[in-house]
Amino acid sequence: MTGYIEDIGSYFLMLKRTFGSFTKRSVLKELILKEIDDLIIGSLGIVVFISFFVGGVISIQTALNVSNPIIPKSLIGFATRQSIILEFAPTFMSIIMAGKVGSFITSSIGSMRVTEQIDALEVMGINSLNYLVFPKIIALLCFPFVIALAMFIGICGGLLAGVYGGFITYTDFTAGLQEDFEPFHLVYAFIKTFVFAFILATVPSWQGYYMKGGALEVGKASTNSFVWTSVLIILANFIITQLLLS
Amino acid sequence: MIKVDNIKKRFGEEEILKGISTVFHKGKTNLIIGQSGSGKTVMLKCLLGLFKPEEGLIYYEEKAIQHMNEEQQRDLREEIGMLFQGGALFDSMNIEENVMFPLRMFTKQKKSEMLDRVNEVLSRVNLEGVNKKYPAEISGGMQKRVSIARAIVNRPKYLFCDEPNSGLDPKTATVIDNLIQEITHEFDITTVVVTHDMNSVMEIGENIVFLKNGVLVWQGNNTDIFNTDNVDVTDFVYSSDLFKKIREIQLKER
Repeated sequence: MTGYIEDIGSYFLMLKRTFGSFTKRSVLKELILKEIDDLIIGSLGIVVFISFFVGGVISIQTALNVSNPIIPKSLIGFATRQSIILEFAPTFMSIIMAGKVGSFITSSIGSMRVTEQIDALEVMGINSLNYLVFPKIIALLCFPFVIALAMFIGICGGLLAGVYGGFITYTDFTAGLQEDFEPFHLVYAFIKTFVFAFILATVPSWQGYYMKGGALEVGKASTNSFVWTSVLIILANFIITQLLLS
Repeated sequence: MIKVDNIKKRFGEEEILKGISTVFHKGKTNLIIGQSGSGKTVMLKCLLGLFKPEEGLIYYEEKAIQHMNEEQQRDLREEIGMLFQGGALFDSMNIEENVMFPLRMFTKQKKSEMLDRVNEVLSRVNLEGVNKKYPAEISGGMQKRVSIARAIVNRPKYLFCDEPNSGLDPKTATVIDNLIQEITHEFDITTVVVTHDMNSVMEIGENIVFLKNGVLVWQGNNTDIFNTDNVDVTDFVYSSDLFKKIREIQLKER
């Protein structure tokens, strides 16, 4: 128990140091652009691929479970939209990103720890946390754009699978998409996304920064990073949903 | 000059440094030697400010590092160059970017000026034509030389080296040792080298501090060390067959 309390304490101390003693502005600008390239642009391919097919699967499964003629076919479009906007894009895409981006962050910072590169930064008088973690936090502020893309591609996937699979017409699907649309659901989804982005940037960084040992421990830290990031995303999802929707 | 005054460092219940006092001189290669676990690296990290000793003071010239505020400590660190055991070069940067890094962080020089300085120090460590290569593409000895170049690029007053010869063949190790000594004399800086390599002790040991179980048990130079009667030192120095033979010859000559 005391171990967990110490971990929570060191996480918040890390955050405090991350936002202190700033790195030279010109260097920081370059680091942020590099992180955007690594963490955001580098993830677009997998995001598009997964979103498209998951959107398609949601559409097909809804269609196969709606056999009652009283229920309008437009429900397929409605259910696809709601599932993707409310949960799939913000929450499950963030968990997938915890595997991709989170492991990358932990292993890259962990390798720097093992090979004394972090010590080298500290000896030079550089705030290594600001240098390494702050650019990741700023880069992940672009994460909502990734989620917006996941929403759009997911709905396109659902539309194509529904229409070309012969389950629904284009008109019915788009009618379902527009049915009872609550703009606040988008606000809710993007509020969640900002919180998840912060978790995605900081928890894996914490795991990598404070790891001890060698190459094997870097692997273990990456696994722990994925587990803890996912757990925190799920918990945050529950709390935010309670606060904003119930 | 760096003065260490009665420093003690504990990890939990275990006391690693048990009240060490010494002076590391300017313009000399100062060596900290001793067996594994004697506290050499902990002492180096205390000198660098990476570990805070529970007791005692470390003076850089006249000012104790413990009495410096954060800004003064940052200024001091800009005057420190460090050669890590594994080189600690940044994997994501090429050699030129690695060496240029301290200049980019701490100076307002133009890129062309920084490039001139990078080429100057790379040529000083006998490395030319590797600017665009990445650390993984060069040998261990070359990585050490790049690390020395990075350490001296910002004209430091203090140079620290942690096991500079580990993992190197004897010939390359000698090249690195000589380079460290030449740089120390050329730029009149205070150099502190942590090592357990007897060849380094012979080559560059102008002021040697011998630690055993966190206690300073002997201090002298590379001539004194072969004439001392201190049992701890002689055990360490003559632990290899080569040095045992040398000892036998010395005793016969006496």
